[in-house]
Amino acid sequence: MTQLSDLEFLKLSKGQKFGYRLGRFFTGIPKAIGNFFLKIGNGLKKAGSAIGREFADIVNTFIHGDWKTKLSFFIMGFGCLARGQILRGLLFLLFEIVFISYMILSGGYWLSMLPSLGKVGPSEEYNEVLDAYTTTYHDNSFQILLYGVLTIFFIIAFIYTWRVNVKQNKMAEKILASGKKLKSGKDDLRSVVDDQFHKTLLALPVTGIFIFTVLPILFMILVAFTNYDGTHNGYTNSLFTWVGLDNFNTMLSWSGGSGGTQSYAATFGEVLIWTLIWAFFATFTNYFLGMFVAMAINKKGIKFKKGWRTILVLTIAIPQFISLLYVSKMFAKNGIINGFLLDMGWITQAIDFFGDASRPWLARVTVILINIWIGIPYLMLITTGILMNIPADLYESAKIDGASGWQQYRKITLPYMLFVTGPYLLTSFTGNMNNFNVIYLLTAGAPTNAAASSASGSVGYTDLLITWLFKITMGAESKYYLASVIGILVFVVVALISLIVYNLLPSIKNEEDFR
Amino acid sequence: MSEATAKRHMGLKTSRAISNTAIHVLLIVISIIWLIPFVCIVLQSFRVENTGPVGYVMPKVWGTDNYVKLFQTDFPRWYTNTFIAALATAVLQTIIVLCMSYTLSRFRFKMRQPLMRFMLILGMFPGMLSMIILYRVLKDLGLTQANAVPGLILVYVASSGMGYYVSKGFFDTIPMSLDEAARVDGATRAKILYKIILPLSKPIVIYTVLTAFMGPWGDYVFARYIAFGTSAGKNVAVGLYDWLNKDQISNCYTMFCAGGVLVALPVTILFLFLQKYYVEGVTGGAVKG
Repeated sequence: MTQLSDLEFLKLSKGQKFGYRLGRFFTGIPKAIGNFFLKIGNGLKKAGSAIGREFADIVNTFIHGDWKTKLSFFIMGFGCLARGQILRGLLFLLFEIVFISYMILSGGYWLSMLPSLGKVGPSEEYNEVLDAYTTTYHDNSFQILLYGVLTIFFIIAFIYTWRVNVKQNKMAEKILASGKKLKSGKDDLRSVVDDQFHKTLLALPVTGIFIFTVLPILFMILVAFTNYDGTHNGYTNSLFTWVGLDNFNTMLSWSGGSGGTQSYAATFGEVLIWTLIWAFFATFTNYFLGMFVAMAINKKGIKFKKGWRTILVLTIAIPQFISLLYVSKMFAKNGIINGFLLDMGWITQAIDFFGDASRPWLARVTVILINIWIGIPYLMLITTGILMNIPADLYESAKIDGASGWQQYRKITLPYMLFVTGPYLLTSFTGNMNNFNVIYLLTAGAPTNAAASSASGSVGYTDLLITWLFKITMGAESKYYLASVIGILVFVVVALISLIVYNLLPSIKNEEDFR
Repeated sequence: MSEATAKRHMGLKTSRAISNTAIHVLLIVISIIWLIPFVCIVLQSFRVENTGPVGYVMPKVWGTDNYVKLFQTDFPRWYTNTFIAALATAVLQTIIVLCMSYTLSRFRFKMRQPLMRFMLILGMFPGMLSMIILYRVLKDLGLTQANAVPGLILVYVASSGMGYYVSKGFFDTIPMSLDEAARVDGATRAKILYKIILPLSKPIVIYTVLTAFMGPWGDYVFARYIAFGTSAGKNVAVGLYDWLNKDQISNCYTMFCAGGVLVALPVTILFLFLQKYYVEGVTGGAVKG
């Protein structure tokens, strides 16, 4: 699609403009992908030359350094100690000692087992003393994978620290040569609460994120390439091992399972489509209705503004598991809603909102409606604040020009809101894709999708990818490898959507603008 | 004023009055819809004649039997579990979130942008995925089932640094000139945080404590994984959820309602007093995203 000049673009009608923008976006995709790979290529080139420079620097430091520096290459921190920086020197030395003893004592073992994930599984042997068969456990695939990955990180950390150690020597020599004094241990301690204060503050949170988020995610990505499940738990029943891309093949193949059941790919597609539909409606119904309620409360002449808001805000305070579980029982076959409808004579037979597999859309629409009930108070709060920030003179001048309420909304309120809350809408969309609570507590995925279920756990019509993932890990079979595959695919979908929307959004603002 | 404009004026006034009445009615309806489930929960928690789910709201026989029975079950244990976990999480998570957001707002260092981008990408992975491995690791450490509470606190707190957005947005609004003036006077960075920034940050501290408390108070998924299979390690969400399964619902439904009331009460009261801070945090967070 050729690019139009500004003048030509202005001549287009509204529909044409939209079509043009969309067209430009899609025709731009190949170029964007090309650019992406070019960027990766450039990055690799840069990284390559950076590594080359590092090596040259290391070698140069060794050749031109004095004997203290040279010895530091083997005994970390020696240079620091010899030059009087006792604190630093001791820390370097301690790290080296810990690292070497770890590698000798256990790190080497974990690394050597990593390619096979364990060789000897549990075995049953006759025990003469007890006169019974006892099981002895040998290798533990789970620990091998976990500690193997940790060991690799430890090695990387060691190499980095070693490099820092070499650099320190070079710098120390330079400083001493220019006749200045080196930093003392006291200076170092002061910098912990001053120049380097950010490192002190970040140490705890970043360590936590590394151990409890990065490591588990890495581990689970690796699990997607193994056969780790309830029957191969890696220790007590049988070891698990690498299976390459088999799990991805299973998940993405269209051939059905045994006994005429649906293939994984078909189930995945169904659940993914519902997840996207759900996320779309959950986000936008809440957004517009929340904005509507906020505007209604904000309107001039409305009394008890604070009272209305408090009522809605209080419903946020009540834990979701209580309100959602209770509401799900209200909609049950013998629940209050059905009781009320029957009493009024509007229906003659109780409606099975969440259990009727022949009407999956009844359950789906009900879930979306209940989600409005959950989401409006929150959105009301968010939009109230922003609505109040819209300059009042915009509305004044619009009124003088004779704009109706609807026109004011279309031309002032909505563009302003969309502009300001664009990024929020995106996070809210992806958040809804992973909205475990609402779905699981309301329906637990029901009604069951019979065609899909036998192949892949008990999938229901209201199951999102995230609740499906949860169910897979909770069953007796616990196909952790499939859960990992789904998790990775969820990540891919979320990342793709974020990337596309971020490139389309008009309001990607520079972070520094807010300061 | 001519007669015609006066008439138009009157017309405008009446149409505004009509639309305002309509909105008032609408707001009343909305309030009723939003409050109905909670009113029903309270009413049903006092129902004596039938302990299962029924199709009517008003109890036929009133009484506090359900509350009495509640204390003969494991509910007090669950309640204490939840309370301890929520309280500890509130304190620790606030410290961690404030450290993270303050640093990202105030310091400009080489790894800042990569770190923020990295956390953004990490956030795109479903958090539940990591629970599978965390469960196994915590089990090896003996922090699951009956000892679930310390394990839960660890899980809630450890990764909380990733939720820095709202408070970073707040710190961004405190002028840098304050820091610079203190620097000129020779204060260390740590001192600036304690002596200048923290006293100004009361609203965001309260907001962070409140949200950090409410997370564990209503958490289901993580508690389900970690308390797997034992009653002593459950929190209220897992315990009450299990009362609604097919075998137990006819005996435990009204008890669930009573338990729900007891769980909701403290947070609701807390919320009533701290509403202002919560609203500020939420509105600020959405704009700065």
